[in-house]
Amino acid sequence: MPLAASSDSMNPTRSFQGLLLTLQRFWAERGCVILQPYDMEVGAGTFHPATTLRALGPKPWKAAYVQPSRRPKDGRYGENPNRLQHYYQFQVILKPSPPDLQQLYLDSLKAIGVDLALHDVRFVEDDWESPTLGAWGLGWECWCDGMEVSQFTYFQQVAGVECAPVAGELTYGLERLAMYVQGVENVYDLNFNGLEGEDRISYGDVFLQAEQEFSRHNFEYANTETLFRHFSDAEAECKALLAAGEADAASNDQSHKLALPAYDQCIKASHVFNLLDARGVISVTERQSYILRVRELAKACGAAWLKTAGGGAN
Amino acid sequence: MPDLLLELFSEEIPARMQRKAAEDLKKLVTDALVERGLTYEGAKAFATPRRLALTIAGLPVRGRDVREERKGPRVGAPDAAVQGFLKAAGLTSLDQATIVSDPKKGDSYIAVIEKPGQETVAAIAEIVPAVIRSFPWPKSMRWGKASAQTGSLRWVRPLHSILCTFGAETEDPEIVPFEVDGIKSGNITYGHRFHAPGPITVKRFDDYVPSLERAKVVLDADRRKEIILADAKNLAFAAGLELVEDEGLLEEVAGLVEWPVVLMGDFEERFLEIPGEAIRATIRANQKCFVLRDPNTGELANRFIPVSNLIASDGGLAITAGNGRVVRARLSDAAYFWQTDRGPLPDLDTLKESAEKLGLDLAKPLDQRMAKLDRLGVVFHAKLGTQGERVERIAALAKTLGDLIEPQKRIGEMLYGGSIATFHNQIKCAASLIKADLPTEMVGEFPELQGLMGRKYAELQGEAPSVAAAIEEHYKPLGPSDRVPTDPVSIALALADKLDTLTGFWVIDEKPTGSKDPYALRRAALGVIRLLVENELRLPLANIIFHHRFEFAFENSDPDGKIPLTGHELHNHVAKAQAADLLSFFHDRLKVMLRDQGARHDLVDAVLGEGASGNDDLLLITRRVAALGRFLDTEDGRNLLAGYRRAANILKAEEKKDGEGAFAGAPNLPLIAEAGSIEEKALAVGLDKARDAASRAVAAEDYEGAMAALAELRPAVDAFFDKVTVNDPDPALRANRLKLLNQLREATRAVADFSRIVG
Repeated sequence: MPLAASSDSMNPTRSFQGLLLTLQRFWAERGCVILQPYDMEVGAGTFHPATTLRALGPKPWKAAYVQPSRRPKDGRYGENPNRLQHYYQFQVILKPSPPDLQQLYLDSLKAIGVDLALHDVRFVEDDWESPTLGAWGLGWECWCDGMEVSQFTYFQQVAGVECAPVAGELTYGLERLAMYVQGVENVYDLNFNGLEGEDRISYGDVFLQAEQEFSRHNFEYANTETLFRHFSDAEAECKALLAAGEADAASNDQSHKLALPAYDQCIKASHVFNLLDARGVISVTERQSYILRVRELAKACGAAWLKTAGGGAN
Repeated sequence: MPDLLLELFSEEIPARMQRKAAEDLKKLVTDALVERGLTYEGAKAFATPRRLALTIAGLPVRGRDVREERKGPRVGAPDAAVQGFLKAAGLTSLDQATIVSDPKKGDSYIAVIEKPGQETVAAIAEIVPAVIRSFPWPKSMRWGKASAQTGSLRWVRPLHSILCTFGAETEDPEIVPFEVDGIKSGNITYGHRFHAPGPITVKRFDDYVPSLERAKVVLDADRRKEIILADAKNLAFAAGLELVEDEGLLEEVAGLVEWPVVLMGDFEERFLEIPGEAIRATIRANQKCFVLRDPNTGELANRFIPVSNLIASDGGLAITAGNGRVVRARLSDAAYFWQTDRGPLPDLDTLKESAEKLGLDLAKPLDQRMAKLDRLGVVFHAKLGTQGERVERIAALAKTLGDLIEPQKRIGEMLYGGSIATFHNQIKCAASLIKADLPTEMVGEFPELQGLMGRKYAELQGEAPSVAAAIEEHYKPLGPSDRVPTDPVSIALALADKLDTLTGFWVIDEKPTGSKDPYALRRAALGVIRLLVENELRLPLANIIFHHRFEFAFENSDPDGKIPLTGHELHNHVAKAQAADLLSFFHDRLKVMLRDQGARHDLVDAVLGEGASGNDDLLLITRRVAALGRFLDTEDGRNLLAGYRRAANILKAEEKKDGEGAFAGAPNLPLIAEAGSIEEKALAVGLDKARDAASRAVAAEDYEGAMAALAELRPAVDAFFDKVTVNDPDPALRANRLKLLNQLREATRAVADFSRIVG
């Protein structure tokens, strides 16, 4: 007999997974395809090709998905109640941005149990820029009672290319939102499955050990020599794939054949760079040059994507 | 007279842009109206997070008719001329022209062109869309379906609706009809996002403002500020506390709310162990909340003031609790930084080389941070090397400066219990640590705390009070009103830091130009001047800069190959030229400083004269300027200046006849004794005395004495001009008298170049 997975345990204010499922349902009902996380290590949901690449080109696109995000530098050995080196983002991308995007966003907050007569929701300037992705946009941090719970961005440029039309991107910090609606002070105390007693699973039960181990890895044990090598390898592979996928000048079909695999390598290089950065082995000057190298890859991948069907070519 | 009401309703406008945008809107629209001859009585612009609004009162219904006369050819002129006239005047035949008679020139054609004034409504309908399309936002964006096309409308955030009405008080105003990228103008606005989101029909400004108030929108940012400030002070007072006022934060917060609701929250007292500045910085920067202090102790209290945009159904309990939760999280972070920065760094082995080079003790946390800064090769400026290299240069310069400061401040006797060595050690230690807080977590998070955190960490690891103070104070003074350090160690480092920066940027030729001064070099130079003058320190600046310049590389020091020198000589030449140029920059800053203080900056030029020696001693220059100013304020001074001018004018005129330098040299005293008048003799004797006395006084740096010596000349000079004819028919007497006047001119030069005194 199944557990009493009543509607109550799936209440977004009672369980982490309930929150997540509510958001998925909310955006599915508004025409988004619900994707699963990209199966690679990324620093933010934006890196998912469903955002980065799909934001480029003329084709309309609506998608929503959860993306585990890794920020090696934010590791705190599980000792900080708010900071994690691995956390979840819920990502929504709508291209072109609909005129009522702000209202849709507020409706989604209502759906997960934020009472807008009780809580102070504000849109505070935050111009988003990703130097590694060659991307920028204008928008806000969305504050709920002074806490940043989402990022709201109108993409203007991605991979160095002007967005036409512009996509609207919403990124929800799921842990923060869950802490908010559950009224919990420490992320590890979040109720994950909405059950009580011995059936209750907390966020700490799921992730505390991982935070401790990965903090050790990120700051102390990650082999920097290997990482430097991985970076070079990914960079070289990305370039090789971009070159190999390029159409023959004589061919009728001018589409690029390897834009997605090449972009995977760009993602990989970006994550390796983040790890090296956390290990503190990259000086300020070098840092800039590494960021530039990743950006060059991202730009080349964006250009390749625009030569594919998904990018609107032919 | 009718009024215009315009509102541009959009998604949230960044707080920092609102005030300027409102002003820009007013200027652009009123300028365009005036350009079309549509004058108005008054205009005012407003901004909230979601709207820009503009009201213009007292516009005419239509512009004035314009009657223009265009002169044509005389009657009977060739056809080509007639056709040209018709075309230019827009006439189809000569019947439409008038004939005017002139008794001299005869009859000629004239075209009278009458342009009816444009309807104001039509003018507005043209002006507003143009203003919207070219609005000078610092950053703007595209959005929605339209953004698929190039050239789609840009705005700071998506623009949703435009309200634009025009009409007199007594009638129903009309909607000024236009369309911008599919947005049609109307007479509808919207209230507070949560309290009154529905449409509101507006007639004119008079009902617009109260309608918005009812819909929980306070249109005027200054009123929102007043409300916030008054409510925050009241809440603080009720809790027995005092608001830490913060104008910048107040302005920003007023741009984040349409209906301010001020609340108060608290956090655990244990967080108060974090330095108050860091608590304030994090609560301000991240939470945009005010902090409070205990009026008795001046220490921060464990309270904060958030300003919300909502009249919450629970009176704000949830909002306060939520803000408190974030504040606690932020303070946990700050506490973590505060803790981490005081602990050891990993991989200390890799820092040994840097520690040795900079004389750091790796057992101490702050020393470790400096070693890390050096080890990581953090760049100060691409052309000026790393922070580590900069610290080495500053240390060398601070040592030199310490040697020069020490005897002037008599440090051995006064401050350091007889140990000059202690003073020098402290300079060395402070120099090695002044930039050590840059890689700390706390400064990484709050750059504005640089220096201050260094001081706190230095105190905690037991550095001498002067060393800790110097770490904070070496950045000072940060402007004309900032405090100038007085501790000799701080002075040495504050001077070294600024002189290294200035010398460096002069070496790479990145000097301030016009309004561009990205490295705040003007502020640095002013800082040096104030450090010297207010601490009464004398330094041979030109020499110091010249020597410090050799700490930087010489590259392309003569790219054109125009200087016939090589190697060391060339370098000396370049270093001298750069030092001289930087010195004249200091002189300019000194003039600006004196002018800002209300002093006479022309006196600086007078005192500097032409390349007089000692011009790099800024303290002496200011003293001379002050003495000269006081002298010129006395009657003696004014008369002597008048006498000097008279002498100089006569000399100028006569030198034109006899040639430059014709009256140089000493006058013939026997001739004066034999044939001169009594006044002439008195002046000759007085000049000798005064010149000697003034020179002696100047040499002894007794400028009051020098002025007094000159002042004694006044009766003799007055009497001379009164009784003696300079241009005597006897050429020998004339030449002699002109020589006397030349002597007078020379005597004043010992003190200042009087010719540069204005007024």
